[in-house]
Amino acid sequence: MADLISFLVLLALGYGFGQYFERRHYRSIRRREKELQDILILQSKILPATLQNHHEQFLVNGNVVISVDYFKRFVAGLRNLVGGRVTSYETLIDRARREAILRMKEEALASGAKMILNVKYEMCSIYKGRGRQIGSVEALAYGTAFNPTPATPATAPGGAEHGA
Amino acid sequence: MIISNLELIPGKRVSKHLGLVQGSTVRSKHVGRDLMAGLKNIFGGELKGYTELLQDAREEAVARMVEQAQSVGANAVLNVRFSTSSITAGAAELFAYGSAVTLE
Repeated sequence: MADLISFLVLLALGYGFGQYFERRHYRSIRRREKELQDILILQSKILPATLQNHHEQFLVNGNVVISVDYFKRFVAGLRNLVGGRVTSYETLIDRARREAILRMKEEALASGAKMILNVKYEMCSIYKGRGRQIGSVEALAYGTAFNPTPATPATAPGGAEHGA
Repeated sequence: MIISNLELIPGKRVSKHLGLVQGSTVRSKHVGRDLMAGLKNIFGGELKGYTELLQDAREEAVARMVEQAQSVGANAVLNVRFSTSSITAGAAELFAYGSAVTLE
């Protein structure tokens, strides 16, 4: 009986807090995606010709570890019986990926970069192997950020101070 | 030292290829963080401690890769890739690799 009560309490806590955190996270993701949409993210490895000879480039990355909650894990367990889409985990991974991209963009923005090339994703499940827990996922996004610099002063004397 | 995950740097020419360089580190979490993570597994949400830990570890892996690149006389590492694997419960390996080159 005590087991059942603690199970139900955990389930209720997981549902309440889990849904609350998820909604809050999605709101924040959507807001920041709007703010950061000016920074281009490309899969391409080729820099546009206009930037060829005046740019700085550096590696940027963003990562996040997000944990499942008790309720999600329970629902996923039930899903395993009948098969089909595990929606509770889909949203978890979606959040992790989008958050990782946003953090990468924020890092790029902090250094004044305008575009990120050759973006790659990497996922890893952190708690694997610990009992029956499926645990948390880490999402990492990385790419090469390009910061356009004014053309060399010799060729464009007037335009060099423009950005400052 | 230029680190990039592009295969070629626009506007620069690779004058010498020096082979693959790599750096890795295996990290585990201390008990306090594990405890917090256990709690978070009920409530859900971001595990900030782990996020920082993995980020630090990744920087360390990159630093080791750069060290190796310097020792072979490279001035850039191109086509960098990251990879993460969980080895046992509570420990993760962070791995960074790329090709060391000399750029003109």
